[in-house]
Amino acid sequence: MSLPPMTLLFQALREPQGLPLLAPGDWDLLIRQARSADLLACIAERSSKAGVWHALLPAAREHLISARQLAQRQHVELRHEIRHIERALAPLGVPVVLLKGAAYVAQGNAAAPGRMVADVDILVPRERLASVESALMMAGWVSTNRDAYDQRYYRQWMHEIPPLRHIERGTVLDLHHAILPPTGRFRPDPALLLAAVEPLPGEPTLCVLSLTDQVLHSAAHLFHEGELAMGLRGLVDLDALLRDNAQRPDGWDKLLARAHALDLQWPLFQALRYTQMMLSTPVPERLAQALAPRLPRWRLRWLDALYLRALRPVHASLDDTWTPAARFLVYLRSHWMRMPPGLLAQHLLRKLLSARRVDPSPP
Amino acid sequence: MSAPPQLASLSRPALRARLAGEGLCLRLPPFVVRIRSPIPVVAEGLATLYAAHELLPSPADEQFADFHVAVLPRWRGVKRVCVFQMDGTQPFTPLAVGEAFALLEWGMNWCVTSHSHRLLIIHSAVLEKLGHVVILPAPPGSGKSTLCAALMLRGWRLLSDEMALLDPETGRVVPSPRPVSLKNRSIDVIRQFDPTVVMGPVAHDTLKGTVAHLRVSPRSLSESAVTAPPAWVVFPQYEAGAGLQVSERPRAQALVALAANSFNHHVHGRAGFDALAQVVERSDCYNLHYSDLPAALDWFDALKVPGA
Repeated sequence: MSLPPMTLLFQALREPQGLPLLAPGDWDLLIRQARSADLLACIAERSSKAGVWHALLPAAREHLISARQLAQRQHVELRHEIRHIERALAPLGVPVVLLKGAAYVAQGNAAAPGRMVADVDILVPRERLASVESALMMAGWVSTNRDAYDQRYYRQWMHEIPPLRHIERGTVLDLHHAILPPTGRFRPDPALLLAAVEPLPGEPTLCVLSLTDQVLHSAAHLFHEGELAMGLRGLVDLDALLRDNAQRPDGWDKLLARAHALDLQWPLFQALRYTQMMLSTPVPERLAQALAPRLPRWRLRWLDALYLRALRPVHASLDDTWTPAARFLVYLRSHWMRMPPGLLAQHLLRKLLSARRVDPSPP
Repeated sequence: MSAPPQLASLSRPALRARLAGEGLCLRLPPFVVRIRSPIPVVAEGLATLYAAHELLPSPADEQFADFHVAVLPRWRGVKRVCVFQMDGTQPFTPLAVGEAFALLEWGMNWCVTSHSHRLLIIHSAVLEKLGHVVILPAPPGSGKSTLCAALMLRGWRLLSDEMALLDPETGRVVPSPRPVSLKNRSIDVIRQFDPTVVMGPVAHDTLKGTVAHLRVSPRSLSESAVTAPPAWVVFPQYEAGAGLQVSERPRAQALVALAANSFNHHVHGRAGFDALAQVVERSDCYNLHYSDLPAALDWFDALKVPGA
């Protein structure tokens, strides 16, 4: 049950200066693995920055160019979309916080180069949710979900409302009032996050989370996620943010203190553990010790067995026999983390019954 | 230097074994594609239509392939269907197993249009004469493929019957010569036009009706590395019983139509728009209504390179 090595992706992400030495057969595998991880554009930017762009295998470079072209276009469209959101919400005087990919790109931070970003995620204070939602609706964003159960599920138990889609542009907006479900094990106080936001230069009504909070949100998001097809991309985000944070004065101590304040030590522990194991992110030993949960060794090994598989890109060359089971267990675990058992049982039963009602054959 | 091996050098059993096993690695200029399929009609179609395409060594650890594709049989209830996969992902719903070869062709088109954004891709046929190309953008049913096949059989060099691959840096079209897809009545029209043509397996009752593919001419394949600039943009429209009618199409309208037929000009933003504008600026643009194939071909043969 040994996992096949992930050396090609690791090298492309961490040591792109070595890419010109790859044989055509290695490129063949690397391009496919990177494509399934949605990391082609990221690798394009990193090899460009490492000064080896023109020494790459030309046929493989075509695919990097293609992905970079798409990413650049997404960044242009994202800025355009953000402008629309700002226009719709400016009259409310509500702080609007961009989250995840949209924040990285708008801010141009360490995780921005080559980051693919299709949807926009924003965070607003819960008590202003209704007015934000109606202002967005007036500006053309409507709910994508008409199912009464789903609407109730999101609104009662989730940290976001069902995704909104713009009726003309087709763009998708996720509106959050917290970063984790209020029914979950950890409940970081959104007021603390909102109190520490930083303005986005040139965009008066928009802001982003502080760097430590971006790390913690990214970690909380990734390790509550049930569907980890883009797991490695999440780790690559975290790795970039963590390396940036490490450069700042007292970066690690501030991160640790903030994790305590927000009740997110556990997701941070996992984020540090797996970025370190999969991407060699430098993490001070004392931090790992300070965060280490009081778990029996076998539980940690069990968790590693799940996450070291599920965080990999979905590609046959990166799987072993246990990968499908690991992905399924991570899916179950994510629900376990998000809801108390009674609610979970009720929800899964409901989903099972409604899945059976749907005709499985596509149109 | 000896000529590179062609697919025809592989015996039928060896071809089938490779398709069912490690995959068949073919150069389909400007790409390299690795194809796997245990379905007999796929082997038959490839052997018939790609006989002269370059066969590449097959071990996966030595060769870079742009696309890894597979057409695999599946059971759907009691029905035998086939699915198209690119490297494990499945972009389409399954089709009847008899359409496996057509599905492979459509799937490979999808691979190119969704993953080759360095190039600007326009849904159109492209053919060359005198070092310049004519672009024929048109919706299905316009008779584009029939015209395209007949022009190739008349000696025009085929660059593509489905997509113009425009290099935005050079303004030239990159050839991608693959079999010409013919539908319904145009299959018989082309067989009558030239009884010696080589066609692949016929798939009946597909979404697009009856479909068959025509092998590309030897020159189209041997000159697949030769790019060429556009000189004409012609919007064909077949109209039963109509005489040949040609009118100039205003360049602005031609530009709008090219953009509407482009798969990815939006990915290039302003540069994409500029590249399409260059095409219409340098080309003579026409609307062509026809019913009589030879008359239309004569009109194409008489085209003069603008400014020459």
